Amino acid sequence: MSFIALLLTLIFVLIPLILSKTLRLGLEKDTLIATVRSIIQLFAVGYVLQFIFDSENSLYIILMVALMIGAATQNARKKGASIKGITWKLVLTFIVIEILTQGILLGLEITPPSAQYIIPLSGMVIGNSMVLGILFLNRFTAEVVARREEMELILSLGGTPKQAIQRSLLASIKASTIPTIESQKTIGLVQLPGMMSGQIIAGADPLQAVMFQLLILFLLLTTAIVTSIMLGFLSYPTKFNERMQIID
Amino acid sequence: MQAAISLKEVTYETDKKQIIQGITGIFKKGKITAVIGPSGAGKTTLFRLCNGLLSPTGGNILIDGKEIKAYDPVSLRRHVGIVLQQAIMLEGTVRDNLHLPLQLAGKELSNDKAEQIIQLVGLETDILNQNGRDLSGGQKQKVSIARTQLNQPDILLLDEITSSLDRVSKQDIEKRINQINRKHGTTIIWITHNLEQAKSVADEVWVMMNGEIAEAGPIALLNHTSNDAVRRFVMEEEL
Repeated sequence: MSFIALLLTLIFVLIPLILSKTLRLGLEKDTLIATVRSIIQLFAVGYVLQFIFDSENSLYIILMVALMIGAATQNARKKGASIKGITWKLVLTFIVIEILTQGILLGLEITPPSAQYIIPLSGMVIGNSMVLGILFLNRFTAEVVARREEMELILSLGGTPKQAIQRSLLASIKASTIPTIESQKTIGLVQLPGMMSGQIIAGADPLQAVMFQLLILFLLLTTAIVTSIMLGFLSYPTKFNERMQIID
Repeated sequence: MQAAISLKEVTYETDKKQIIQGITGIFKKGKITAVIGPSGAGKTTLFRLCNGLLSPTGGNILIDGKEIKAYDPVSLRRHVGIVLQQAIMLEGTVRDNLHLPLQLAGKELSNDKAEQIIQLVGLETDILNQNGRDLSGGQKQKVSIARTQLNQPDILLLDEITSSLDRVSKQDIEKRINQINRKHGTTIIWITHNLEQAKSVADEVWVMMNGEIAEAGPIALLNHTSNDAVRRFVMEEEL
C-alpha cells in the first residue's frame, strides 16, 4: 500500500467529520483525536517492530512483551481495586499465560522462534487475557456482593472460605469465559476475523490464513479459561481474614 | 450454674460506630435465654461474635470455658450453630439444603437422617424433594433450623427466626425449639422482638440497649424490673 493510498483513506475520516458537523453530533473533536492517536501509535509500533525484527535480539522481544504486560496490568487493575494486591496478581497471571502459550507454541515448533511470530501472538494473548481479566473482575466483584448472605450462611455452618465463595467463583469464571466460546461458534459466518482478513488482503493463501486464525482461536480458549481461573484463585483469599470472616 | 458462653468486657466497634460497649455476662448451659431489646441494640452483632462470624475488638469470649480464639473457626461454628433471620435457601431441593452442613464436612446425608431431622422440626418428609426456594416463610425457617441442627451444635443461636411468621407457625417453632432444648440439652439463645414469646419459651432473659446489657436474669425479672428504661421498653412492647 502506498502513502498516497493511505492518505486517500482519510476520506473515511472526513465522512464522519462532515456528518457530525452537519447533524451537530459533536463528535468532531473525539474523531480527530482518535485519528491522530491511532496514526501516531500504530506507526510508532510499526517502527519499533521493524527495529526489533531487524535486530533479531531476544532481549528486545522480552522487553516488548514486558511492556505489553505492564500496559495490560495498568488497564485491568482499576476494575479490581477492591482486591488487595491486584496488580501483582494480574502481572503473575499474564506472565503464566505468556509462558504457557509460548512454551507450547515454541516447544512443539508450532511457530518459529522469531520476533515476527512471538510479538503479535503475545499481543493477542495478553490483550485477550486483559479483556478477560476485566470481565472476570467485574463479575466477581458483583457476585461477591450479591451472594454475601449465602457466603455468610456457608461460613456459619462451618464452611471454609473456599467453600463459601465457590459458587461466586465458578459463576464468574463461567460468565467471563462464555463470550470467548460463544464467539468461536459463529466465527467466519458473520464476519471474517481481523487477522485472517489482514493476511488475505496482504496476499496470503486463504487456507494458510485460516490455519493461523484457528491457531489464534484455540490459543484464546486457553487464555480465557486460564486467566479466569488464575485470577479467581489468586483473588478469593483476599475477601477473608485469617479467622475465616468476610472482609468488607 | 455452668456457663455455655461467658463474655468479659466484650466490645465491638467499626470505623463508624461502637456497637457493643463492654458487655460482661453469661449464657447458662442447657437453658433457653431470650435476648430482647430495641433495634440497633447490638443483638445480632453479639450473635455474630459468639459464632465467630465477627471477632470482638476488645474483651474476651469463652465458649464452654475455652477462649473463643483458641477454637479453629470451623469447629467453633459447628459447636455454636446460628440460624439467621433471613432463612436463606441455596439453589436446589430441601434435601440439598439439608445436605449442605454435612457436605461442607465431607459427609453424606442418609435418607433416614434427612427424614428424622425434617420430622424433628415438624415438617412432612415429602417436602424433602421440593425446591427450597419455593417454600413458605415458616417452612424455610424450619428447614433452616434443621440444617443448623445437623451439625449437632451444643449451643444454638436463633436470630429473630419467627419475626415474619403467623401465630400458628410461631407457636409450632417454639414447640420444636423447646423439644431440641429438652431432648439434646442444647443451650438456646434466642433474639426475639416478641415479649410474649420470650416469656413463654425462655428461662432467662438479657435486655440489651445501646450495645450494653440493661438487665439480665430469670425471665420473671421482666415483670418487676427496677430499671426505668427496661420498664418503659417492656411496657411499649406489651401495648
